[in-house]
Amino acid sequence: MKERSRKIYFLLMALLAIGLFPSCSSNDPDIVEPSEEYVPTPKPLTVPPIFARLLPPPNIPADNPQTEEGVALGRKLFFDPILSGNGTQACASCHKPSNSFTDDLQFSVGIDGIAGTRNSMPIYNLAWSINNKLFWDGRAQGAEIQALEPVTNPIEMHNTWENAVASLQSHVNYPELFKKAFGTNSITKELTAKALAQFERTLISANSPFDKYVLNEGTITPQELNGFQIFMDESRGDCFHCHGNENSPLWTDNIFHNNGLDAIITDKGLGNVSGDPNDDGLFKSPSLRNLAFTAPYMHDGRFATLDDVINHYSEGLVYSRTIDPLMKAVSRGGVQLTASEKADLKAFLLSLSDPSFINNPDFQNPN
Amino acid sequence: MKKIAFLLILAFGIFGCSSDDDSQQEVLGCTDPQSLNYNISATKDDGTCEYEVLGCTDPASSNYNPAANTDDGSCIYNKNVTFNFTQNWDGQSVTNADFNNTVYTNESGNFLNISKLRYLISRISLQKADGTTVNFEEYKLIDLTDPASLNLTPALMASTGDYTGISFVYGFNEADNTSGAYPDLNAANWNWPSMLGGGYHFMQMEGSFDDTSGAPQPYAYHNGTARVSNGVFEQNFIAFDFNQNFTITDDATIEIKMDISEWYKNPLLWDLNDRSVDLMMNYLAQKDMHRNGATVFSIGAITQ
Ligand code: HEC
Ligand code: HEC
Repeated sequence: MKERSRKIYFLLMALLAIGLFPSCSSNDPDIVEPSEEYVPTPKPLTVPPIFARLLPPPNIPADNPQTEEGVALGRKLFFDPILSGNGTQACASCHKPSNSFTDDLQFSVGIDGIAGTRNSMPIYNLAWSINNKLFWDGRAQGAEIQALEPVTNPIEMHNTWENAVASLQSHVNYPELFKKAFGTNSITKELTAKALAQFERTLISANSPFDKYVLNEGTITPQELNGFQIFMDESRGDCFHCHGNENSPLWTDNIFHNNGLDAIITDKGLGNVSGDPNDDGLFKSPSLRNLAFTAPYMHDGRFATLDDVINHYSEGLVYSRTIDPLMKAVSRGGVQLTASEKADLKAFLLSLSDPSFINNPDFQNPN
Repeated sequence: MKKIAFLLILAFGIFGCSSDDDSQQEVLGCTDPQSLNYNISATKDDGTCEYEVLGCTDPASSNYNPAANTDDGSCIYNKNVTFNFTQNWDGQSVTNADFNNTVYTNESGNFLNISKLRYLISRISLQKADGTTVNFEEYKLIDLTDPASLNLTPALMASTGDYTGISFVYGFNEADNTSGAYPDLNAANWNWPSMLGGGYHFMQMEGSFDDTSGAPQPYAYHNGTARVSNGVFEQNFIAFDFNQNFTITDDATIEIKMDISEWYKNPLLWDLNDRSVDLMMNYLAQKDMHRNGATVFSIGAITQ
């Protein structure tokens, strides 16, 4: 009997050694844990044709590749108030799909009913944020870093990460979803931020009437075309130096400027981050996509309408020490557009809005 | 007949005698005094003579000759060349630390500062003394606020040896200046409006100057294709070709200098009170920039 089982044992070992029983390996405690071998399903971003033609490839951090499970988890988290201190506010509360992922308030209100001092920002085309400097003042380097901030911000979600992670860890679904996305059910704030960033990178907007016009797949009206000429004309709109052009379809330079809003700078913007007084009052040029859904405008949401914005550039510019030289007509208050030029410029700006983006079923609340 | 027979016998005799006299065995070896391994004591050539093969004997070189046994100093090596773009105002170095802070006085007496300086250099090539050229493919958008953009190390390497010239294009030449063709330049909003001929900016220099009443006024000295009239455009790039004798012996750095003050003085005196903004569609301003640009660049230090 003893002799026999030994024989069987040797036979089994031999079979194992020659690899006839590969399934045994996962039961062997000495061999890598299944979770470490686990690879979530890669899901590269779908690059829209106009970006593929004119822009560098999307910028995805090497340590956070896009995966099906990661994006699904990020989407669930983005819409889930579980991350906030009292379970009432999600990222999506201030970043609503219907508003191109911003909100319609001048200042967003946090869970304690306190309003901030900055206008919420729309979220799209983050993988093409070329210098990866997020927020109006560029203080967060990349979406993974940015996503850590709102949760603990006292006038936003006002939570602690220990508490947020504990809520996720004790939730019925999240540990399993983290395991699917990252191969571990031990939740951390870094993994939470990675999942959010993956979802945010899928928010790509490149299907406006003007995009179709550039791709020769659609037309725009004569008024919109005239507005585009004003936008591109150095002596009229001169918007293109900071806000893109038909070959630069991000519609932002992603650089910081003072566009002549205030004589006395109260919010230093980039100057707070860099400590350089020459940066006081500089804010990131916002993209001009989806303006139809993102009012009010500017870092402090001071302009309720696009007409207000255009009037600002036309006759409302005020001088301060750090004003951008491209605000060159400041001594006259602005470029002094006529009423019809203003209307045309506005029509053009609105042709950059993309309803298919805000209605994309993949971007709605999954919960 | 008899005589010949006699001589033959004699010859045999001598031959036979000598070997008998030395009472030595025959020595094999190379018996050719012209060879590298001539063996003076060899008595019989065994086919081992080796002859000098001149060439480059360093396997690390680009013209290594495995058959060569004598290095003749002809080895050629491929070396990295780095172009270092520096800026100065009449010799005084200008970096982004000077932006908004340092006040310069141009030839017209305008007091000005600089808050932005970006420019495009393309088609850099090196002329070799042997008549060949090394043509680098890369273009470079130099932006003083981005230190990484001040250096360009092209993928192609240059071979060691004597050189006689350095050339490059400020901006893009007509063939290269294609609208929308360069994704990195598109993302940088570097495009030149199509109504002005399209393609890309060559330079954006901006800042503020004091007008005649001492009040700060903005200037935007932007250069690119010149628009003559509706739909008619004139090329405006500048091809530089410097005679420059130098020898590349190692990885080399070549400094390309821009003297910013030259944009304002040579040959045309540029007064910012007359021309400060809205210059892109101003044909004469664009062509005057082109003329003044001719003396802006020079070759600085070549180090290795
Ligand atoms: C209370 C409202 C509020 C909540 C909740 C909120 N945000 Fe924001 N978000 C803002 C505001 C306001 C800004 C701009 C702040 C600034 O620039 O200082 C912003 C900026 C951003 C940006 C920068 C976009 C850019 O282009 O630079 C991203 C990304 C972002 N939020 C993602 C998130 C995520 C992810 C969450 C959830 C974890 C979240 N936000 C929760 C209000 C909110
Ligand atoms: C010098 C660069 C520059 C130029 C030129 C420029 N802008 Fe802006 N624009 C900015 C910056 C920076 C902001 C954000 C400023 C802030 O919030 O403090 C901005 C904000 C805007 C906004 C608000 C967007 C939002 O989401 O809040 C609109 C709309 C806009 N600009 C349109 C234009 C138009 C139209 C023109 C031409 C008439 C123009 N801009 C010219 C830099 C520029």
